[in-house]
Amino acid sequence: MDVTEQASSKEATKIENEETSSVEIKVLFFARARELTGVPDLTLKMPSGSTTQKCMDELVIKFPKLEEVRGCVVLALNEEYTTDSAIVKHRDELAIIPPISGG
Amino acid sequence: MEANGGDSSEIVRELEELKLRKAEIEHRISTLEAKLHETAAVERLDAAVSNGYSSPAAIEHGLDHGLSPDQIYRYSRQLLLPSFGVEAQSNLLKSSVLVIGAGGLGSPALLYLAACGVGRLGIIDHDVVELNNMHRQIIHTEAFIGHPKVKSAASACRSVNSTIKIDEHVEALRTSNALEILSQYDIIVDATDNPPSRYMISDCCVLLGKPLVSGAALGMEGQLTVYNHNGGPCYRCLFPTPPPTSACQRCSDSGVLGVVPGVIGCLQALETIKLASMVGEPLSERMLLFDALSARIRIVKIRGRSSQCTVCGDNSSFDKHQFKNFDYEDFTQFPLFAGSLKLLPKESRISSEEFKEILQKKERHILLDVRPSHHYKIVSLPDSLNIPLANLESRLNELTSVLKEKEDVNAETGPCTSLYVVCRRGNDSQRAVQYLRESGFDSAKDIIGGLEAWAADVNPNFPTY
Ligand SMILES: [Zn+2]
Repeated sequence: MDVTEQASSKEATKIENEETSSVEIKVLFFARARELTGVPDLTLKMPSGSTTQKCMDELVIKFPKLEEVRGCVVLALNEEYTTDSAIVKHRDELAIIPPISGG
Repeated sequence: MEANGGDSSEIVRELEELKLRKAEIEHRISTLEAKLHETAAVERLDAAVSNGYSSPAAIEHGLDHGLSPDQIYRYSRQLLLPSFGVEAQSNLLKSSVLVIGAGGLGSPALLYLAACGVGRLGIIDHDVVELNNMHRQIIHTEAFIGHPKVKSAASACRSVNSTIKIDEHVEALRTSNALEILSQYDIIVDATDNPPSRYMISDCCVLLGKPLVSGAALGMEGQLTVYNHNGGPCYRCLFPTPPPTSACQRCSDSGVLGVVPGVIGCLQALETIKLASMVGEPLSERMLLFDALSARIRIVKIRGRSSQCTVCGDNSSFDKHQFKNFDYEDFTQFPLFAGSLKLLPKESRISSEEFKEILQKKERHILLDVRPSHHYKIVSLPDSLNIPLANLESRLNELTSVLKEKEDVNAETGPCTSLYVVCRRGNDSQRAVQYLRESGFDSAKDIIGGLEAWAADVNPNFPTY
């Protein structure tokens, strides 16, 4: 009984550590960014303390074609304007919004 | 045969003429009917007043909001709205709005703005109505195909509301006329379809201090923001760097479901009505993102005005003189009007007629079609090789090997193989030739005007889309 409890509490600590050392964010792609990646959204696992810039770096590694729009997108974190240096938190939502020109 | 062909084109011409005349007569009828209705309403009111004790003059003095009896009746459902009411309607009737572009966005925007009673409504567009516009540009009718969009849109607006003033600007908006035209209006609505126009309009609004209701739609998505309002950001604050050309196609190149610009155009009308009547909270410092496929609307808070902005920023020296000399096509690497991009010198280009001669003489060549593959599947010239512009760099070796094959087969005969590049309208083909020449394909030439020129000048039976 004691042994099992110990083991499970150890397991819990391990999970907790993993959770604190990395965060999962939801990335939303709009317009051309959606075309280039082929998906409307995805979940991205990042080391905790990562900036939105770091997330973009990671996304460009995953989807090299995203480089095309990187210089002209608006980034929004949790539906608010954000900068490259903002730190992402667990379960944050990062939107990548290139301009549309059609009409 | 020849004579019959002549007859039928004559019939078509006469039909078009008659249809236009019919549309004009219908418009005249609706104007007169509206006038008659107005006169009758005034007479009814006069009669009612003389039955009572006050004179018409006293009634007129009573209506200090300035609305006429006919206006009260026409706009009654808006007057009855507690959050709108007679004051907002009166503001609206005193306002002036310019809608730039009478296309997919402009169509519903114009109809609602005319209907709701904007006092003076300006329409500017240089284009003519085409059959492949009809699925989304719902303000136009088939009778106006081949005629200026501004004429068609103005006629539709007048038939909805003959009591407002409508200004027709049948011309392209350029840096040379933009300041003069935009300065005549209180609110500007950007319903255009290309990056250089968007930057030009935003810059002009900053210089003139006008609020800009900007909408855009492509494919299944739309965007909406009010710029340059009450210290809010301008378009350049948000997008200081123009998107690369590949990232920003027109509806005409990428496709769009008609109702998507319809939704955004309606929302543009709504934001414009709010600004003009001074009710509600404008969509400033926020961007609305419409995703038709997932049925989602998101509103994202965007940045405020940037103090670093080259146009509206604290240290900006951008003035009217600079605006007039600014090359927006060069800045965005995108033509203001379809088909007007000039990237290449004359000697790197041939006309579609010249290409026809090359085919007739069976001159050795390769025809490279750089349109996206789903375009290529719609229609293509025979014996062409399809490598979309976006993939040209990575598939250059394919082109090299095809060229080499031709050279090997014809090793002993004639001059070397020429390379011709075609696209839909002759813009991407120029970009491709520029890239190919930089990559050592010295014989590459583009076919001026693309497949549309081929259809117009060589083979009228070649389908266009
Ligand atoms: Zn600005």
